[in-house]
Amino acid sequence: MSLYYVQKFLFELNRDEGLQQSYLHDRAGVLEPFELTDEETSALVEPDIGLLFHLGVNGQILMHFAALHQIAWADYLQLMRDGIEKHGPVREGVYAMTGYEGVDAHAESLGQSNRSE
Amino acid sequence: MALVYAGVCSHAPGITGRADQADPAVRDAFYESFDQMRQDIEASGAEAIVIIAAEHFANFFMNNMPSFAMGMADFYDGPIEDAAWLGIDKFRAPGNKDLSRRLITEVMQSADVSYAEEWKFDHGIAVPLHFLTPRFDLPVIPVNINCQGPPLTPVHRAWAFGEALRRACDAVPEKIAIVGTGGISHWPATPDSGKINEAWDRDFLDRWSRNDKDALLDYDDTQVYADAGQGGFEIRTFVTVSAAANGAPGDVHFYAPIPIFAVGCTIASYRLAV
Repeated sequence: MSLYYVQKFLFELNRDEGLQQSYLHDRAGVLEPFELTDEETSALVEPDIGLLFHLGVNGQILMHFAALHQIAWADYLQLMRDGIEKHGPVREGVYAMTGYEGVDAHAESLGQSNRSE
Repeated sequence: MALVYAGVCSHAPGITGRADQADPAVRDAFYESFDQMRQDIEASGAEAIVIIAAEHFANFFMNNMPSFAMGMADFYDGPIEDAAWLGIDKFRAPGNKDLSRRLITEVMQSADVSYAEEWKFDHGIAVPLHFLTPRFDLPVIPVNINCQGPPLTPVHRAWAFGEALRRACDAVPEKIAIVGTGGISHWPATPDSGKINEAWDRDFLDRWSRNDKDALLDYDDTQVYADAGQGGFEIRTFVTVSAAANGAPGDVHFYAPIPIFAVGCTIASYRLAV
């Protein structure tokens, strides 16, 4: 497992529009210089947002990868929840689940008319 | 005395990127408070704005992570994020390389800081600038504190850095505004995005308003994570401004948890003796 290199790739991808274009044309090819496991390569190629979150990718990096794939915000949050449901708790990194009830319910409890869809 | 303004504000990307999804009444009140902050900075006569941000892996990564970094360039481009996603068009903000060099040189006398002659602004700086210098006509000096990649900058070192920054501001003839941006409690970009611990936030803001050094430094990262999420680590930016304010009392002008913005939205400033 090489969380550092998964995040290093995403860090570089987020900063470099040229790399983004190369990635969109040849996803597996641009990953070759990075020290990744087959599981990590597959998650980055597919992409599998839920698995990447489970592996421990920081959300501040992952959310831009989701945006690159035109994944809407609410869907991004759900894909991470699905990943935890499918694969189990975050393996590595700073995260732990806290039993949060979700944006809509929290906004409603504050008396706000949220429209997250 | 060259420090003419010291305040803090939120910077979450949802503030601009998901503006259409928020409760209009709360959102607009927050925007109005942001605009009052802009007016206050303009009224202070500030000739440059130092923005103390908690970066999110836009420029600094775990291959070479500084505890503190300051920009030293004549311009900065942003946002690094997709413009449509963030709701802020691509921009070039002015810097002031000469002023940066003088400030950094002075800060280095008492605190270790990296400098960067190249810096792409992410939402941590782009969102505050969008509201505070919407015409990009005020030179910006970006500052970053590592609140993301453990081991993090210790909170008491953020205080010492703030003191060094104050000494540096007082050593230059230009009028300087300092703005810290970040948390307070939040769980950004995770499945818990939108969770906000309002009681914890209000307790922190009480300590911040009293500018109570002992209370502000009485935070342990394990407990902060449990109570305020990984976004709570960004209190370092607020604490740095407290130190720079040198004991001045503060006022919270706006606070409201806005879940779709993923943060308790905050605008506050210190009453500097200028």
